[in-house]
This record gives sequence, C-alpha cells and structure tokens, in this order.
Amino acid sequence: MPTAATEATGLDRFSLPDAGGHFGRYGGVFVPETLMTALSELGAAYEVARKDEAFQAELRHHLKEFAGRPTELYFAERLTAHCGGAKIYLKREDLLHTGAHKINNALGQALLARRMGKKRVIAETGAGQHGVATAAVCAKFGFECVVYMGAVDMERQALNVFRMRLMGAEVRGVEAGQKTLKEAINEAMRDWVTNVRGTHYILGSALGSHPYPMMVRDFHRMIGRETKEQILAREGRLPDEMIACVGGGSNAIGFFFEFLEEAGVRLVGVEAGGRGITRGDHAARFEGGKLGVLQGCKTYILQNPDGQIELTHSVSAGLDYAAIGPEHAFYRDRKRIDYAYACDDEVLETFQLCSRLEGIIPALESTHALVHGLKRAKQMRRDELLVINLSGRGDKDVNQVAKILGVKL
Amino acid sequence: MSRLAAAFARARAQNRAAFIAYLCAGDPDFDTSLAACRALLANGVDILELGVPFSDPLADGLTNQLAAQRALESGMTAARVFELARRLREGSDAPIIFYTYYNLVFANGVDAYVRAAKVAGVDGILTLDLPPEEAGEVTAACRAHGVDTVFIIAPTTPDARIGKIAAVTTGFIYYVSREGVTGVRDQVAGNIPEALARIRAHTQLPVAVGFGIGSRAQVTQVAAHADGVVVGSALVNGIRDNLGDRARIAPTLAARAADLAAGTGRK
Repeated sequence: MPTAATEATGLDRFSLPDAGGHFGRYGGVFVPETLMTALSELGAAYEVARKDEAFQAELRHHLKEFAGRPTELYFAERLTAHCGGAKIYLKREDLLHTGAHKINNALGQALLARRMGKKRVIAETGAGQHGVATAAVCAKFGFECVVYMGAVDMERQALNVFRMRLMGAEVRGVEAGQKTLKEAINEAMRDWVTNVRGTHYILGSALGSHPYPMMVRDFHRMIGRETKEQILAREGRLPDEMIACVGGGSNAIGFFFEFLEEAGVRLVGVEAGGRGITRGDHAARFEGGKLGVLQGCKTYILQNPDGQIELTHSVSAGLDYAAIGPEHAFYRDRKRIDYAYACDDEVLETFQLCSRLEGIIPALESTHALVHGLKRAKQMRRDELLVINLSGRGDKDVNQVAKILGVKL
Repeated sequence: MSRLAAAFARARAQNRAAFIAYLCAGDPDFDTSLAACRALLANGVDILELGVPFSDPLADGLTNQLAAQRALESGMTAARVFELARRLREGSDAPIIFYTYYNLVFANGVDAYVRAAKVAGVDGILTLDLPPEEAGEVTAACRAHGVDTVFIIAPTTPDARIGKIAAVTTGFIYYVSREGVTGVRDQVAGNIPEALARIRAHTQLPVAVGFGIGSRAQVTQVAAHADGVVVGSALVNGIRDNLGDRARIAPTLAARAADLAAGTGRK
C-alpha cells in the first residue's frame, strides 16, 4: 500500500533494482562469464543476510563500537553566518573510524564475506579511504587483504598507502592507463576473475555489477536515516535541500535514499568539474558523458565517439572516475536528484574556508558538496534548512593541498 | 554453411582441431597488423580472432592490455578496425571474428555496429563482458545481419547455465580453460576433457578452448579433445618482441603459426 510519502513523488525507492539489477535502463550485469556465478552467489547471500536479524544486529554492533555510529548532525554556525542564508548543517561522516563513510560498507561486506566462507578480500581504492576502511575491517576480522591503487593516486595519497600497510594490507600499485581509480578497478576485477572461488571483492562504491550498487547503497542507508531523525529532533521538520558529492555515488545515495519519496526535499549531487568542462579535464559524467557500459554496469560514462573511455581529472582522487553509479542516472532522469559540479580551484578555496571557519578540515571529495552548498545557502532564505553530507575528513589531503598551495612542510 | 561452420567441418574431416589465432587489430600499427594477420592466415590458421582494442580490457592479461594500448596509440579507431577486417577479407575466405568489449559495440548503436561488421566481412562477434542475460540486442542484430554470436563458458559456469549460454550461441562455444585473464601459462588446465563433456551434454556446437595455451605441445594436448584451439598471447608476444624492427613481425608470426598449426592433429 502506498504511503503518503510515496504519493508525494510517485516514486517507490524500494522497487529498484529489478531482479537483474536494473534501475530502469541503467545498471545490470556486464562481466566476464567467469564472474557470473560469484555475482549470483553474492546476490543470494546478501538477500538472506539483509533479512537476517542476527546479521543486521551484528552489523549494528560493529558500526557502533568499531566505526563510531551514529555520527552527529552538526550546525555549522559560522559557515551559516558567512553565507547569510539558509541554516547549514553538516552530517559528520568524517568523524567515523578511518575517516570517511566508506567504513559502513566495508563492515557490511566483511561480515558478508565471512558468512560466505571467503578467506581473502580484495578492494580497489582511489583516494585511499575505501582501501583504508577495507584494510581496517580485514585486520579486525582476520582476512588476507590486497588493495589495488593507481600509481598516481598512491603518490597523491601516500599517507593512506602507509596506513593500509600498517594494518596489514598489501597495496599493489597499478601502472596501466592514467593510473587512477578506473585502472585499479580493472586490476581488482582481473584478480577476482583469477581467484574467484576463495576471494570476496569489497567494491567501494555504488557501482559495478548487480548486486553491488544495491548492496553498497543499503550499507550506507543509515546516513540518511540518522539525518532524518536528527533534523526532525533539532528543527521539527525535514530539510529544504540536501547536498552530497558524487564519485561513484555511495555516500550520496546513502544520504539521499531515505528522502527520495519526500517531495519537499531537494536533493543535489555534486560531481568533479576538475579544471573545467573540457574533454579530459573533469569527471562530471552528466556534463558530456553518454550512456555506455563500463566495469560491470550501464550508466553515464565519459567516453569518445567510438566508446573508448576518456581520461578524467579531479583534484580529489575519490571523484576522479569516468562512470557514475546507475541509481544516480535513474533518479536524474526522473528529475528527483539534480546534479551540479564544482571545480578544483573552488574546492581548494572552500577547503581552507571550512577549516578556518569551522575548525573542520573536510576531504577534498566532500569539499565539492560544500562548494555547491555554500553557493546554495546564499541563495536560500534564512528560515530554510540545508544539510550537506561531510562524507570524509581531509587529513589525508593536507600534504597534497600544501603542495598545490606552494607551502613547504 | 557459414564460414565458421565450414572451417570446423574442414578441420574435423582432417582429424584435427581448428586453429584459432588471436591478434589485436592495429597492433602495433595498421600496416604491420595487416601483414601479421595475413601471415597467420597463410600459415595454418583456420579462424582469425581479431581483438578490437579497448581502453579498459578488464578480462585481458598484461600482454593483451599492452597490445591494445599500442593499437590505440597508433591511431586505431572503430572505422580503422572495420577497414582492417575489410582488407583481410579481400584476400582470404577464412572466418574472422571480433573479440571485443560491449561498450565498443554499444557506443553508436548495436545494430549499426553489427551491420558495419558484416559489411567488412566479419563472421562472428564475441563480447567478453556481455553475458546472455544482457545480450538480447546483440543477438537480435547478429541474427538480422547473419553474424554469428560466440559466447564464453568458464570453469565456474554451472551446468544449469551451460544450456542457457548454448541457446544464444551460434558458430562455436569458447571454453575458457581456467579462471583468470588471458595470457600464456606453463601448463594447460588438467580438467579439460571433463569440462568439454559437461558442455557437449548440452550442445552440438563446436567447442574451442582458449586462455593459457601457447606452445605446440599444449596445442596438441588440447586438440585431442577440443574442436578448436585458441592461441593469443603467445602470438602477441611475437609482436612485442619485435617492436624495434617491425618488418620482422610478420615473418616471426608466420613461423610461429606454422609450428602451432602442426600441433593441431589428433592421433
């Protein structure tokens, strides 16, 4: 029976994806045959686990005691005063153990891997946050752990490479192509194809083949659930607008999901505009990307007319990727989620502004959401509410930012 | 009879396995690649598997990744790949199949791509990352234009799926002999006869075996059981090893193909 909220937007967020992993024309399963059985086993195991109260209770326990949930909804008083418009709240996923929302999904998939009897875990990482989260849960649960990371990303996120190694993970550099997240995923998939029987692949975003986009989304849904409870407790009503950055889109879909049927809440995802929207200089898939298939799913992809994947650029390694999660593409078509982009120079400026005004150093990825959020706050009325998902902390970025700003450490 | 069916029938009549050779189209450049493919077809190769270079070949090992990179850097485009196939077809009646990734087929419309492939003289398409569940558009276009659809069966494919895959396959089944990516291995997988028996319980189609086969002895070992034997990386290595003197590539591959072809006979 449709609830009142369902009638509000005409959407049923739980109806997707279909059994084949499709969000309308997006998503699906596009992998080599060797992986088909592993994906269907994973899907079946997840179906059982998601309905198993013991699994969910154990996950909640680890999310609380190991990761530090729930995270605060923080009123950013000085950023609000600075903008002079809407009240700005920050959902503090940056306060989680290992520094970003990624730990939510890593814990969920690690418990699932243990249930499935896998002894070895692999992962890809861009900014290193998913790699660090995976390394942490592998240490905690005693899995062998291999993380693939592009050589360029290893350089700009050297601190995270060391953190992963400290926690016992093997970090393998990937030298192919442009040496960033896309190549790391290719290499992780090659590893998985080779070692599929004993290995679980903890994919770190709401991307890839079914069941990953759905499963990763579900493991991040508490971000939005907590936000809803917290804003109702604080303000007695829902926010007018919510903003999150979108690489693959896991923090954003987890943040938005609870609100998809709330017609009064505007939802905005922010992509990486890099050096500007010209070919090869950005990672804003909705600005010049077209429908295609990459690394397991059908979605918007930055590609040339022949279908070769384009180079991308962003100051933030975590958003530097040519494809966007399929569920985002679906809700964009339905005009339920809007998308904007923020460019490198604005990001660097806001990175410093937020640090200075709030005493919070945001991850470069999350700073994309802040850039757009501050613009929007200025346009909104003082009695309106804006919630920005601060998906990660910027400790990992300080070396890179110092370098860009010409500061010698 | 299609060119693919004819090639398998001819090999069977000669009591040997069909020899299927893989090269990446345009590796290391268009002219050298054309000469290399012609050298293969003149030296015992029954079926040419033409890899369409893709920026993100996630089912391929390093050898083929680098081959695709060389081809793309030399300026290969979709149009040039079709041109290469057309030039090969001018001088040969051997079947040519595209070994490709789905985004390249999808990018400008599946039907248009398949039609262009047919016009260029291509006989079949194998799309590495396209399982039967998602392949409706490709199989429909291929049926419409008379192009065979080759699908892969893996060691991890359960019996229940084999029939489903065979049902959408024409031309031949490609059995990937091991879990993993393409590339030469020291030993061929040990359980090939059992795997082929499992597949043949579901289909009359010829079954070719590939992945990890690189030497004449390995070809002979697999040819004893399979309808076709695929060699890829071992040939691509012949390109890689002669990049400094590209004139040597075609003769090197000619000799290597002749040697491997001699291994396809059955006792």
